Amino acid sequence: MPVDPDKARALAFPPVTVTVERGRLRFFAQAIGETDPEYVDLAAARAAGHPDLPVPPTFFFSLEMESPDPWGYLADLGVDLRRVLHGEQEFSYHTMVYAGDTVELRPRIVDVYTRKGGALEFLVKRTDVMRHDQLVAEATAVIVVRNPEVAR
Amino acid sequence: MTTVDDLREGAELPPLRLPPITRTTLALFAGASGDHNPIHIDLDVARSAGLDDVFAHGMLSMAYLGRLLTGWVPQHRIRSYRVRFAAITPVHAEPTCTGRVVSVADGLATLALAVTLADGTTTLTGEAVIDLT
Repeated sequence: MPVDPDKARALAFPPVTVTVERGRLRFFAQAIGETDPEYVDLAAARAAGHPDLPVPPTFFFSLEMESPDPWGYLADLGVDLRRVLHGEQEFSYHTMVYAGDTVELRPRIVDVYTRKGGALEFLVKRTDVMRHDQLVAEATAVIVVRNPEVAR
Repeated sequence: MTTVDDLREGAELPPLRLPPITRTTLALFAGASGDHNPIHIDLDVARSAGLDDVFAHGMLSMAYLGRLLTGWVPQHRIRSYRVRFAAITPVHAEPTCTGRVVSVADGLATLALAVTLADGTTTLTGEAVIDLT
């Protein structure tokens, strides 16, 4: 079923408020094989000049996953999650974020387009990451929906 | 850790070679990253989508490449970091992360990044901009 671009752009995403936890950062570091003690050991982080464990470059994506139903917007658009691929991901950084910080993530769909006669649909989702009133990072995801039954 | 002087055009980052991605890796990354999409951890779901097996989260490869970056420059110097996921990473794949300085201008270094598998497949290409000032 094709995605309705107007509906996608009009989707209201509830903001996600998350307090960054040291334990989650350590679990993430373990899962990606991180060996740099700055990312797991508080004393090493402080010795390197950080006030607490730093949020690593891609973890902003994971903070957004703290939403109660992170894929709910795809279901709202009639998209089967099994047909979804992650096409592109981009982050812009304005300042560092640390364990103990509370951030608010504000996602929205900024673009919808199709390729190959509708066999591939692209959703571009941009998320502002705010700490109080400060924009600390922006995340942009390109989500690809495969519609193999659409003839090229 | 590198110094800013090392960030000259053409400089190669020391490659980061990862061990094979196991099903345990994927299960742990699902939990740690918060991405619980079952297509990466549940063979039944992967098969119901017409796939032979589960495959790795794209964000796992992007996180590995992030380790390459933060192992090379202090994280606060990274202004932007973006990737395109070019191919699926099968379970048991052995990724290698590479990066090269392609330009240095106006106090910013631009790096070209890639993740390749042992069979030569490029699974991810990307770019990072590093603040040298």
